[in-house]
Amino acid sequence: MLELKDLSFSVAEGDGQKEILQHVDLVIPDRELVVVTGPNGGGKSTLARLIAGVERPTGGKIYFHGEDITDRSITERARLGIAFAFQQPVRFKGIRVQDLLRLASGKPLAPSDACDYLSRVGLCARDYLEREVNASLSGGELKRIEIASVLARGAALSIFDEPEAGIDLWSFQNLIEAFARMRDEIADSSIIVISHQERILEIADHIVVIRDGAVDRFGARDEVLPSLIGTASAVESCRKGAVGREERLDA
Amino acid sequence: MLDEIQKRLLREVADLHEIPEGAYNIRSNSASAGRRSTANIEITSKTDVSGLVIRIRPGTKNESVHIPVVLTESGLEETVYNDFYIGADADVVIVAGCGIDNCGPKDSRHDGVHRFFLERGARVRYVEKHYGSGTGAGKRILNPVTEVYQKENSFCEMEMVQIKGVDDTHRSTIAKLDAGAKLLVRERLMTHGEQKATSTYNVELNGAGSGADVVSRSVARDESYQKFDAKLIGNAPCSGHTECDSIIMDHGTILAVPGLEANHVDAALVHEAAIGKIAGEQIVKLMTLGLTEQEAEEQIINGFLQ
Repeated sequence: MLELKDLSFSVAEGDGQKEILQHVDLVIPDRELVVVTGPNGGGKSTLARLIAGVERPTGGKIYFHGEDITDRSITERARLGIAFAFQQPVRFKGIRVQDLLRLASGKPLAPSDACDYLSRVGLCARDYLEREVNASLSGGELKRIEIASVLARGAALSIFDEPEAGIDLWSFQNLIEAFARMRDEIADSSIIVISHQERILEIADHIVVIRDGAVDRFGARDEVLPSLIGTASAVESCRKGAVGREERLDA
Repeated sequence: MLDEIQKRLLREVADLHEIPEGAYNIRSNSASAGRRSTANIEITSKTDVSGLVIRIRPGTKNESVHIPVVLTESGLEETVYNDFYIGADADVVIVAGCGIDNCGPKDSRHDGVHRFFLERGARVRYVEKHYGSGTGAGKRILNPVTEVYQKENSFCEMEMVQIKGVDDTHRSTIAKLDAGAKLLVRERLMTHGEQKATSTYNVELNGAGSGADVVSRSVARDESYQKFDAKLIGNAPCSGHTECDSIIMDHGTILAVPGLEANHVDAALVHEAAIGKIAGEQIVKLMTLGLTEQEAEEQIINGFLQ
């Protein structure tokens, strides 16, 4: 279980402070897939980065399985079982896809297992294991490899920051299946997905709406989703996100 | 017989665990510790200076030559001249390399002057590794000079690696290419401590359709200094590319000097150089996989120098 208590984050801007997140209280239960949605610029990605330890909060506490992890480093949180898929994945010269998956799994990785992670995100594994995670990969390929690296972690808490961004429409179907399967196989773990996609919201157990740096709504899917349909917080795959964003990510 | 230190050096520079297949000459502390010629590859000693003449018959396919050098006596300084004559249409692998273990107070130095003469259509893959070890105050110094003369349509691929333990290196490589000849160079270098390494290339593309691709990847740590000076000269319709891609760490210094000289209107020459520290987001990404900052750095450097 992940618990955020009175969590705030601000950055220096001009003479003052700009509040990105203010007094967020949130509980992510075990054995659940929680989707975080809301308008762009509302603080969703910051929330994910605070949980992973990439950013440090300016106020409040983060508890993971009851332990205060607010002052824990990124590495310590990872070892406690928090995994994080970046919205804009990082490229590495010379590190191959199979190296990244091996590092993610934290142990020697059989090629068949590496292949399994890649096929779950819709990549033909044989074509990719030896490829370098460098500029030769498209934004969409990179994004799917990023998701596969989180699958390989087998973490207690997996966070995905806009997994659909940069993924083309055809692969989007694969992605939905990958998340549906993650939900089915969740066991004692939990999953946070930041997404605007209706198809992803549909597999959520709970939905959180973050707006203007605060929790606007939190509730079970069936309570929250109907009011979001047709808004920017829950779009159909053909309208937003998928195709248009690939250009941005590759640019 | 080779002792354990010498065997370890051989493993480092030539991946040799046993006596190699094919032709070889093992040089240990300025003396030959073993040699074998084959039906197609003849190794003889020079009579005027220290060094070898290696002749590879035309048409020789899929054979290899190993000529590793190890130095374990502190204070030993030597210059060795090795000439390789590679016959027309031969296709061979040549593995050189030098390992120095210096536990004494005096400098140990090995300067290898290698000249390659590739006849028409010959193909060579050349691998050279340098390695230093030992805790003595004496420096471990390697100054390789490489000259490559390529006849029509010959192909030469050179992989030159120096990752650890060599204090001072001045590497000088020149090449002259006739029509249709191709040269591929992959240099990997890591310096640390107070080490200094310079590498200069002077590649003349003299024949129509000749091409060269010289790529250096390097990491400079601690207080070390590196200079990469690559000059391509296009005297004919040709294509040339040099690239220096470097990671700088701590208080290292890297100087990249691009040099392109086109003397023909159809010479297409490109130079790329990039020097920078490890991107913070790369370290963060690997830390989210459970690596410490230091482990993340090591993985990034290992990958970069692969």
